[in-house]
Amino acid sequence: MDINTIRGLATLVALVAFLSVVFWAYSSRRKGDFDEAAALPFADDQQEAAANTDAPGSHRETHKNSQKRGAV
Amino acid sequence: MSTATLQPTYNYKVVRQFAIMAVVWGVVGMAVGLLIASQMVFPELNLGLPWTSFGRLRPLHTNAVIFAFGGCVLFATSYYIVQRTCQATLAMPRLAAFTFWGWQLVIVAAAITLPLGITSSKEYAELEWPIDILIAVVWVSYALVFFGTIMKRKSKHIYVANWFFGAFIITVAVLHIVNSASLPVSLTKSYSAYAGAMDAMIQWWYGHNAVGFFLTAGFLGMMYYFVPKQAERPVYSYRLSIVHFWALVAIYIWAGPHHLHYTALPDWAQSLGMVMSLVLLAPSWGGMINGVMTLSGAWHKLRTDPILRFLVVSLSFYGMSTFEGPMMAIKTVNALSHYTDWTIGHVHSGALGWVAMVSFGSLYHLIPRLYGKEQMYSVGLINMHFWLATIGTVLYIVAMWVNGITQGLMWRAVNEDGTLTYSFIESVEASGVGYIVRAIGGAFFVLGMLTMAYNVYRTASESEEPSSDKESLELNPTTAPVEGR
Repeated sequence: MDINTIRGLATLVALVAFLSVVFWAYSSRRKGDFDEAAALPFADDQQEAAANTDAPGSHRETHKNSQKRGAV
Repeated sequence: MSTATLQPTYNYKVVRQFAIMAVVWGVVGMAVGLLIASQMVFPELNLGLPWTSFGRLRPLHTNAVIFAFGGCVLFATSYYIVQRTCQATLAMPRLAAFTFWGWQLVIVAAAITLPLGITSSKEYAELEWPIDILIAVVWVSYALVFFGTIMKRKSKHIYVANWFFGAFIITVAVLHIVNSASLPVSLTKSYSAYAGAMDAMIQWWYGHNAVGFFLTAGFLGMMYYFVPKQAERPVYSYRLSIVHFWALVAIYIWAGPHHLHYTALPDWAQSLGMVMSLVLLAPSWGGMINGVMTLSGAWHKLRTDPILRFLVVSLSFYGMSTFEGPMMAIKTVNALSHYTDWTIGHVHSGALGWVAMVSFGSLYHLIPRLYGKEQMYSVGLINMHFWLATIGTVLYIVAMWVNGITQGLMWRAVNEDGTLTYSFIESVEASGVGYIVRAIGGAFFVLGMLTMAYNVYRTASESEEPSSDKESLELNPTTAPVEGR
């Protein structure tokens, strides 16, 4: 096989790999999982709200925001 | 997820240790940088001693800022983020403590050996083989602690920041072990296991991925946690973050040859490096856009929150330097820029503008929480630090752009008969003003770092009790509603 055929195939494989990741990430079946994952940085906010006395309401709001995002 | 019922007590001790040492090494590393920048203006500052000459202090500066400052920031933030997003306490706490003391030992060994002139002369991998072995041991321990904690997680998912940290840890282990392979001839001297162009290629495969994984992937992990936290909203697009992750790790690894344009490296390898560097613009900007857009709807916070300002400006510098990098990787541009101060300017727009600024923002978010306080001792001082750092970075970059392009143009200028128009020393003379401006920019940046050190000292020393115990003790289940969805 000519070296240039291998080069062409390598480009094709890279393209297919990239498109698979894009299709996987943007498929609607993944949406729920990703929304859950995106909320993880805020998952232990209640704990912090309990420890610090700074307005626990602001932390709740964060959750509302994240859920709103998820609903869109 | 019944997370509210059983809150773990996070291990903040090692996070605190790394966070404090990050500030200490930041001051030291940046001060050494300022010293060698000043040596370019006043050569007498080398004091006429071998130990304080530019050639020995320069690797000390790069090692101190990358591995001591950057490394401690990465350890601190990754240990913090992995615990909080997995809602699990750190796995193997004694091994985690070992990573702290081991890493500090590496730094002290570097600070002793490099001024003594003990070096393997591989850029960003100058340390000799006994220290290299210690680094490898510490790094494998780090991997065990980090992935051990991920395995303990209560949540179903692994948050994207941890993916970036994970890729950074694994890749740096591979890079370090392969590039540092050498044949020792004595305790302080070894020879690389590779030779000639192969050695150069392995060195820059390591070197560029030190940038790509140590200074980029790890800090992107910080970005994906601290930007959403500080903006109080989830990341703009989690899907984009996944495409960002896979595209970045798949492409970065190929970009190294652009450091070896027009050398003995085979031409096809140079072209491959150039093309991959150009492609790299896409994932880099995808990540930057994802970070910046996280603020959509919260832009007003930038007016009042200097921490958020640090994070957003760091992303702007990240976008700028990841545009500049691919451009400089184009062979024809590289023919002008290579070996000039433009390269140094590019590195510092990434290092000061992106890496250091995202670190400052993250540490200002992190440190009050580690010491059970609502915020830093002085928000005004954070703001002052922000402006000192920004002005310093801009002065630095602009000075090096002017110098670099001047040097490149002078070196390539030829007379009609084909002889060089300028001697090398004429290009050095022409760079004089740029070196002065660069040193002033560096002084601004160091001053900002000292401001931070004072602010951190006051924040840490005025707290009554550490927060990790307090958080778990004061937890009242009735005020912590279970998150239902």
